[in-house]
Amino acid sequence: MLGLDKKDTTLLIIVALLTLLAPFLLNPFPSDSAMAQFNAGYPDLMQRFVIFGIFAVGFNILFGLTGYLSFGHAAFLGIGSYSAVWMFKLFSYNVIPAIALSVIMAGLFSLLIGFISLRRSGIYFSILTLAFAQMSFALAYSVLSNPKFNLTNGETGLQVYADDPQMFHRDGLPDLPHLFGLSMRSTYTLDMGAWSFDFNAGYYLCAVIMMIVFYLAIRIFRSPFGMMLRAVKSNQQRMNYTGLNSRPYTLAAFVISGMYAGLAGGLMAAMDPLAGAERMQWTASGEVVLMTILGGTGTLIGPVLGAGFIKYFENIFSKINDSVLHGWFAFLPDGMEDFVVAVLHPFVGKGWHLTLGILFMLVVIFLPGGLVEGGTRLRNWFRGKRSGADDKPSGKTEPAE
Amino acid sequence: MSNKSVTRRGVLKTGAVAGAGVALPTIFTASSASAFTNEPTGGTVTLGFNVPQTGPYADEGNDELLAQQLAVEHLNGEGDGGCLNTFTSKALKGNGILGKKVTFVTGDTQTKSDAARASAKSMIEKDGAIMINGGSSSGVAVAVQGLCQEAGIIFMAGLTHANDTTGKDRKKNGFRHFFNAYMSGAALAPVLAKEMGADRRAYHLTADYNWGWTQEESIVASTEALGWETVNTVKTPLASTDFSSYIAPVLNSGADVLVLNHYGGNMVNSLTNAIQFGLLDKVANGKDFKIVVPLYSELMAAGAGENIKGVLGSMNYNWQLENEGSKAFVKSFGEKYGKPPSNSAQTCYAQVLLYADAVERAGSFNPCAVVEALEGFEFDGLGNGKTLYRAEDHQCFKDVLVVRGAQNPTNAYDTLEIVEITPVDQVTYPPDHPMFGGAEATLGECNEGA
Repeated sequence: MLGLDKKDTTLLIIVALLTLLAPFLLNPFPSDSAMAQFNAGYPDLMQRFVIFGIFAVGFNILFGLTGYLSFGHAAFLGIGSYSAVWMFKLFSYNVIPAIALSVIMAGLFSLLIGFISLRRSGIYFSILTLAFAQMSFALAYSVLSNPKFNLTNGETGLQVYADDPQMFHRDGLPDLPHLFGLSMRSTYTLDMGAWSFDFNAGYYLCAVIMMIVFYLAIRIFRSPFGMMLRAVKSNQQRMNYTGLNSRPYTLAAFVISGMYAGLAGGLMAAMDPLAGAERMQWTASGEVVLMTILGGTGTLIGPVLGAGFIKYFENIFSKINDSVLHGWFAFLPDGMEDFVVAVLHPFVGKGWHLTLGILFMLVVIFLPGGLVEGGTRLRNWFRGKRSGADDKPSGKTEPAE
Repeated sequence: MSNKSVTRRGVLKTGAVAGAGVALPTIFTASSASAFTNEPTGGTVTLGFNVPQTGPYADEGNDELLAQQLAVEHLNGEGDGGCLNTFTSKALKGNGILGKKVTFVTGDTQTKSDAARASAKSMIEKDGAIMINGGSSSGVAVAVQGLCQEAGIIFMAGLTHANDTTGKDRKKNGFRHFFNAYMSGAALAPVLAKEMGADRRAYHLTADYNWGWTQEESIVASTEALGWETVNTVKTPLASTDFSSYIAPVLNSGADVLVLNHYGGNMVNSLTNAIQFGLLDKVANGKDFKIVVPLYSELMAAGAGENIKGVLGSMNYNWQLENEGSKAFVKSFGEKYGKPPSNSAQTCYAQVLLYADAVERAGSFNPCAVVEALEGFEFDGLGNGKTLYRAEDHQCFKDVLVVRGAQNPTNAYDTLEIVEITPVDQVTYPPDHPMFGGAEATLGECNEGA
């Protein structure tokens, strides 16, 4: 289907089902129960899952295929967001032109930064991209936000004010980002008994875009161009010796992944019309590296899983505080309760970084292929139980060519 | 042909289908009944406490959280009642808010606009919070205030000192109890003139972001009005940890006062650097060299340790204040946590009580009714003395403290001493003041959401 083989079609269908049914899948617990703390099916977090999924899928096209580790991709995310908000400020709240501009701007900037950074490879490339990203952050945070020339509005973040021109804004339209009148915030809540599910317009816009770009990523992975990028990763020197210039390929990959990041940034601004400089900081660049590695570098679905995993921790675990813990363990005798809460305290609330760090270490040590490898192992383990060990390596080394 | 025999199974089937049919409309309409965003329908009402728990202002955030929990206790009639006993409005009875028990959710702003908005959005969308309170940065406050305005809930700002929060970025659904940079300048300037004379030459080091600029602008304006001269204003990157290269030129600049428009870790580092360079022992223009830190906090004072001795600054509140409200608050905070509250804690505590009281007086959780109840509200007994919530810009007007690093602190919390309590008239400004967005700044319309 759509020029994909059977395996990829299955994968695309799985991703489509996961994203479309997310409001149900992420809200498995009744909204009044104590477990509702772990529900993630509210619009903001679902949007984040998908947006960072897009970001990570794009990053993976560069890192997973060519092996070039960029430490500055958050810059493109930020550029996308700023472009989108400027579009809101100057023209209208319609998200389509805003997202289009954010992709284009991110593409231009990645062309420039990529052109310079890709003159080096390995750690030097990473450092160059990191330097560019930090430069962008500093520019956005203070240099370009001085009272005389205010492009980014500094630490407050760029937002839309009532006195902005908004040339194509009409009275009937919502005062928030919208798709031809459909507000991105509009949410339909379905109450079914004890459960409640949110269907948010903005989320579904992101979900549809995510499916499109995911499909694009599959096509890139399977194309001759993708093969070329993999060749860069396995042995660039050999490629160069055969007389092939690999730079245009890596630059193309860099620009494509930069545009993915810009798209993610534009979507972020479309869901919530504020662009903060922090989303360009090096920690944000590092986060997408973590997402990709956690999910599985070079796999298609891995980065999406990794993005979901990290965002889930950031938003759910950070909100578990001591009084919630006391609520859970109220059935224990007093001394025991306090003890259990004291033991768990460092790992929840503000300690969510710690929990995430431990899980990251465990994944990297025991599942170097990320969550995808975990899934594969689990599947093999089930299969192995049924049909015996039939996919054991043959034990004989075979020549590569 | 017809089969009219009634079977047990048939009755059950019909009953189930009919039941589902009757239930169906209620399934789809259940949520559309509320008149405004997150209208509390059960026996509880949820407040959202969004404070920095990680990052450079984590200390302030955790202190705010303690105060917020204390406020919730007092609202629910637990503990000793704290400021409910001294508050001039007697609407709060210690039985929750409008008879509903107060619960709360917490979130981490990380002192980043993005993270703070994400956290606030999850409180609004997931936990059904009706009000958001807290924060320790103006950037975050402005960002979250904008979000609350869009979502149709009330924002009660925590520690935010930049003029913009109730200046050009003011919002109808947002309220600030904390003082601002203009007030710092207006309160400090006369004391500076009295202590150091009216012919000083000042050198400013300013954190290079929005808050730093508004503070520098305010201090420069109010000191120059007294006859001071501004030698130079230098912006320092927010991420700097070593300010030596910025301090060195100060000595040769002909200045005799250094103004540090820094906050948190920045201030601790720059002040320490300045002391290491021996600035305070120098004599310039025939006068003793002085350092001023316009915005002080207890937590910064603790971080800077010995170095703050004799350094002047301003504060919103200090636990050593001797009024009834302050004593009641310090007593219940101290008994519960074993330390006196910081001024960020006090502002959050006051904001939670003020919100609860406004709801009681309005008789409704509807944000627009709450806005109406808070606008122009005059009160006393929350620790700051007589205070007014001005209707035009939602800024609180009250006395401002000028403080000095104590020369001989007797204990770990006694690091600052109050030099003067500047009366509110001296720090009042018109709502259309140019530093506050001028005549164009408006609150906009109140939003009650869906």
